Amino acid sequence: MQTQQSEVSAGRRKMSPARKRKIAWYGLLGMLAMAFVLPLASYSVHFLGSEAFAQEAGSATNPRSNYWRAVEGGVAGYSAVQGVETGVLIGPGGIDWQQQRDGVVAKYMPWGIVGMFVILALYHLIHGRNKLDVKPSGKKIKRWNWFDRLTHWMTAISFIALGITGLSMLIGKTLLIPMLGKAGFALWAQASITIHNVLGPVFSVGIVLMIVMWIWHNFPTATDLQWFKEGGGLFSKTHPSAGRMNGGEKVWFWLVTFVGLAVCFSGIILVAPVYGIVIPEWVGFLPWVEGSRVDMQEANLIHAVLSLGWTAVALGHIYIGTAGTEGAFEGMSTGYVSAEWAKQHHDQWYDDAVAQGKVIAPDEGAAKAAATRVSTAN
Amino acid sequence: MARMKFLCDAERCIECNGCVTACKNEHEVPWGVNRRRVVTLGDGAPGEKSISVACMHCTDAPCQAVCPVDCFNTTDDGIVLHDKSLCIGCGYCFYACPFGAPQYPQQSSFGARGKMDKCTFCAGGPDEEDLSDAEYEKYGRNRIAEGKLPLCAEMCSTRALIAGDGDEIADIYRERVLRRGGRPQTWGWETAYTEG
Repeated sequence: MQTQQSEVSAGRRKMSPARKRKIAWYGLLGMLAMAFVLPLASYSVHFLGSEAFAQEAGSATNPRSNYWRAVEGGVAGYSAVQGVETGVLIGPGGIDWQQQRDGVVAKYMPWGIVGMFVILALYHLIHGRNKLDVKPSGKKIKRWNWFDRLTHWMTAISFIALGITGLSMLIGKTLLIPMLGKAGFALWAQASITIHNVLGPVFSVGIVLMIVMWIWHNFPTATDLQWFKEGGGLFSKTHPSAGRMNGGEKVWFWLVTFVGLAVCFSGIILVAPVYGIVIPEWVGFLPWVEGSRVDMQEANLIHAVLSLGWTAVALGHIYIGTAGTEGAFEGMSTGYVSAEWAKQHHDQWYDDAVAQGKVIAPDEGAAKAAATRVSTAN
Repeated sequence: MARMKFLCDAERCIECNGCVTACKNEHEVPWGVNRRRVVTLGDGAPGEKSISVACMHCTDAPCQAVCPVDCFNTTDDGIVLHDKSLCIGCGYCFYACPFGAPQYPQQSSFGARGKMDKCTFCAGGPDEEDLSDAEYEKYGRNRIAEGKLPLCAEMCSTRALIAGDGDEIADIYRERVLRRGGRPQTWGWETAYTEG
C-alpha cells in the first residue's frame, strides 16, 4: 500500500522524459505563436471598427502638442486686439517667402534684364539696324492718333520709372547701399516707394486704356502664324507679311494685357491693405484675397517675378521701336509713318490704306509745313 | 553674454491683457499699434491656452534679412532693433515675420504705411542717444539702459510672461515644470531661436 502510494506520488513528481519533451515543445510552439500574434492585437481595434476605439486612439496624443502643431500651421485663436490675423500666433510662410524673394527672385532674376541688354547689343552689332529698303518719299500714313500716343507715353514713362524704383527696392540693398551708404540709400528708397505708389495707379490706368483701345487690332490671324514661321524677319532679309500689327506686336500686346493686369492687381494688394486697415469689400469678394500675410507674400512674388520678366521683354520692345527699326519711332512720336515703312513692315495694312485712299501725299505735308512756317514767321 | 528672450508660460497666462496695456502705456504707442497681443487658442473650450506674443527677437531674424533698406540691427544682447530714420514703411518685415510683430501707424493718406513700429524689448532705438527725449518719442522707454527688464514681463500678475537672458528664464521655467509636472512648452522658441 505504502509502496503503491509512494509510486503514485513519485509518478506525480517525476514525469517521463518523453512527456517532458512534449510539454517543452508545445510550450515553445505556443510562445512562438504568441510572439507572432500578440503584436498584431492592436489591429483588432481596426478590424472591430468601433468608433469608441478610434476616439481613444486619437486622444492618445498630447493635447497640448496637438494645439501647438495646429498653431504652428497658422491656426488662429482669439485675440482682444482687433485687426487682420491678430489671432494667428505663428503665421505660416513668412520665412519661406523671405527666402524665395531674397534667393531666386532678387539674386538671379535681375540677371535676365542684364542678359537681355547683352542679347540686344550683340544683335545690333551683328545684324545692324533694320533699315528701310526704299528711301522715304514723304508720303505718310496716319498710324496713331493723339490719344493713342498720349496713353502710350504715359504708360511708357511710368513703366520706366516704376522699373527703376522697383528694382531699387529689390536689389538696392546689394547694389546701392555700398555706393550711397545706408542713410543715402534710405532717402532714395523712400523716394522710390513714393514714386512707385503714386505712378502705379497712373500706369494701371494706361494699361487698361491700351487694352480697351488696341484689343481690336490684336486678334491673331493666319498671317501671324506665317509671320512666326518666318521668324518675324529677325534673322532674314525678307519681310514676312503683316496687317496693322505684326505677330510680334500682337504677342507683346497680349503679354502687356495679361502680365500687366496681374502686375497692377498684385500691386494694389501690396499697397492697399495695411495691417489694421480692412481692405475694400469689393477686393474681399475675390476669392483669393483676404488681406492676409499669405496673400501679400504671394502678391509680392507674382509682382516681382512678372515685373522682372516684363522689364526684360520691354527692353526688346524699346530696342525695336527706337534704334532697331528705321522709321518705327516716328509712328509713336508724330503719329504718322512713311508709306515706305508701312509697305515694308505692314504690307497688308499698307494695301488697305492705299485702297481706302488714306495715304497722305507729300504735297499736303509740305503745304502744311509751309503754312506752319508762315504762321510762326508772322 | 546675455541673450535676451521672451517666454510665455501658457499654463499660467490668464489672458488679462495686462502686458498689452502696460506696453501701450509705457511706450505711448500710437492708436492702432499693438506691440504685444494675447492670443487665446481654443477659446472657451476645455484646455484653452493663452499666450502673450510680441517680437520674439529671433536669431537670424527674417525681418532683418528681408528689409530692403537694411534698417535692422541685432544688439550684443540678441535684441532686434530697427532704425526708424531709415525705415520706408514697405511692409516686407510684416510679411516675413512669423509672429505678426511689425505694426504700422496709419499716418499717411491713400492707406500708405507709416514707419514700422515693433517691440524693442524696452531697449529704445539704435539711432538716438540712450534715454533721450528723441528716443522716447520715436521708440518709447529704454528700460534696458535703466537696468530694468521689459515692463510687460515685470508686471505680469501670474509671472506667465518672463523676459531676460535665455538661459536664466529657461531655468526658471524648467523648475516650474519639475514642480508641477507635465511637459515643457516653450511656445514659439522653435520658430524664433535656432541656438535652442
